[in-house]
Amino acid sequence: MWKWLHPYAKAEKSYILSGKLMPWFLALALPTFIVGMVWGLAFAPADYQQGDSFRIIYIHVPAAMMAMGAYSTMAIAAFIGLVWQIRLAEMTVAATAPIGAVYTFIALFTGAAWGKPMWGAWWVWDARLTSELILLFVYLGIIALYNAFSDKVLAGRAASILTLVGVINLPIIHFSVVWWNTLHQGATITKFDKPSMATEMLIPLLIMIVSFAAFLGFMVLYRFRNEILQRESHRPWVIALVKSSSSNDSQGA
Amino acid sequence: MLQCKNLTCVREERILFNNLSFTLSAGEILHVEGPNGVGKTSLFRLLVGLSSPYAGEINWQQQSIMSDRESYYKTMLYIGHKSGIKPELTALENLQFYHDLYNPKVEFDAWEVLMLVGLVGYENVPTAQLSAGQQRRVALARMWFSDCKLWILDEPFTAIDKKGVKVIEDLLIQHAKKGGMVVLTTHQDLSIPTEFYKKLILHKPTTGEQYV
Amino acid sequence: MFNAFIQVVRKELLGAFRQQSDILNPIWFFVIVVTLFPLGIGTDPALLARIAPGIIWVAALLAALLSFERLFKDDYIDGSLEQLMLAPHPLTWLVSAKIFAHWLLTGLPILLVSPLLAVFLSLEVNTFWALFLTLLIGTPILSLLGAIGVALTIGLRKGGVLLSLIMLPLSIPILIFSTMAIDAATYGQSYLGLLALLAAMLVAAVTLAPFAIAASLRVSVS
Repeated sequence: MWKWLHPYAKAEKSYILSGKLMPWFLALALPTFIVGMVWGLAFAPADYQQGDSFRIIYIHVPAAMMAMGAYSTMAIAAFIGLVWQIRLAEMTVAATAPIGAVYTFIALFTGAAWGKPMWGAWWVWDARLTSELILLFVYLGIIALYNAFSDKVLAGRAASILTLVGVINLPIIHFSVVWWNTLHQGATITKFDKPSMATEMLIPLLIMIVSFAAFLGFMVLYRFRNEILQRESHRPWVIALVKSSSSNDSQGA
Repeated sequence: MLQCKNLTCVREERILFNNLSFTLSAGEILHVEGPNGVGKTSLFRLLVGLSSPYAGEINWQQQSIMSDRESYYKTMLYIGHKSGIKPELTALENLQFYHDLYNPKVEFDAWEVLMLVGLVGYENVPTAQLSAGQQRRVALARMWFSDCKLWILDEPFTAIDKKGVKVIEDLLIQHAKKGGMVVLTTHQDLSIPTEFYKKLILHKPTTGEQYV
Repeated sequence: MFNAFIQVVRKELLGAFRQQSDILNPIWFFVIVVTLFPLGIGTDPALLARIAPGIIWVAALLAALLSFERLFKDDYIDGSLEQLMLAPHPLTWLVSAKIFAHWLLTGLPILLVSPLLAVFLSLEVNTFWALFLTLLIGTPILSLLGAIGVALTIGLRKGGVLLSLIMLPLSIPILIFSTMAIDAATYGQSYLGLLALLAAMLVAAVTLAPFAIAASLRVSVS
């Protein structure tokens, strides 16, 4: 019932709320990024096996984690959107997908770059890299599906269904790839199999993870707001908003 | 009783119609009229539950049609723009399928139905080889063996000749007399007795309220 | 309800037998793709036997992809699909019937021509049986997964490429497990565990996919 109560006000309210939250995420993301980067690149000790090349972990691991984090966000939003038919949740799915894809791409790229000094090749069919590649395919499929629909309400719903299908499939994909990898590669040491990381190395990594997560939150909110504006561009409150912001600009100029 | 309350239909961010309410009781034929692009077909797709309204509700016998689709579909017959007839199957096979899957309880003599719609002699020809009007007749033939109370017909008379229209009109009147209900669109004038006949005219929204 | 299932399957089969090229073309495609490989990489029987599982499974995937065109598309165009969605039976059930019929028309023929390909690619008997069993369990999963993709893209004008973008990544586990099972058979190891995994995936797909397909159709046909 309550989905019909006031769809107009709801979009507007979440627009305002996400606008209020957005700066806080950025305020968390930027300082942690600087601290984590400087600490990780300059002060953390070098790895006794890999030397300085291991430092790419400070980008690779957080990016890989957030690639999954973005997908989890999408899956939860898709579930809420489909079960309770909330359009804003479906918009969240659409808003998050490209960000997740970019994080996945960063993880893939850094992983490949890391592979060069480790294995002497840009690309090795390592289980994690392969899973990330497939995750990227899944992301691109969702984005392509969303963009193919001209009616964005239907687009959001279709993308949500595909996200949920993916959520059941991704663990199976990961599991199968890991198994396939152990069979075909056997003895390769995976670079992540450290029994324990030294604390001096671990703390900057944790800081970077917090930073990437906060930035993910910021970007999701940012794109979510754009999505709302685009979908509701004909509504009175958006028109009023545009008018007031343009008059502010002219006053400032 | 079919009841629509404050229906709003939105397609690609544009409002087709807003706050549409009407009620259809037993023995009534509702003729939905309006210019092209006003949302007649969209309204019909809402009524049969193929799409869901942006706002408002549709009730059949005091129950939302979405709450129990299967029992709604037991009492509802929809013949849309697209005929739903498989071109590679014969008229006989098509009708047999629709009978067995949709109205298996009705006693059914396919030959008699084909005779009534004027398709005797074509029963074993794949429907792809029939003319547009004949294909339409195959689709409409479903009305003759339907025990559904509510018929929803989107442009049933397209490509049908005058004599055929008369036959179908008679069938609709008969259906209404038995307490059935019909919702249909057509650009033709109908000669249906006024005690059964109701009209609903759809308007384009004024420019100020075109968008959601 | 069971009656409805049979009615839908019967109608599908009847329609297919009237338009036989629709069924035969994907099978042809399958055979031709497999024939291309020996032409491309040489005829060394040991090499062929080594890569045969991968070739056959990738070809099966592509052939399945081609055949999906006819799963809902014609029905969507002529209006049978919307009528199916308005039938007084659960949509998940009717959709399952359609997919079952589709598998009979596309998956089963692939199984039937697989002995021929085993001869082409110099497979041993043991390996062939593994191939046959993985195809038997794997192709229905492909049909179910593909049907989700078709149901999502059916209303789109250029859905064909999109369908493959959506569906191929999701079918990777089937490819991996099947080829692993065939490899295991080649080396004389037991592959029952892998078959069981595939079977578990089939059970999961049979129970879950119809809901995803029905939901997708409700989005696409609206």
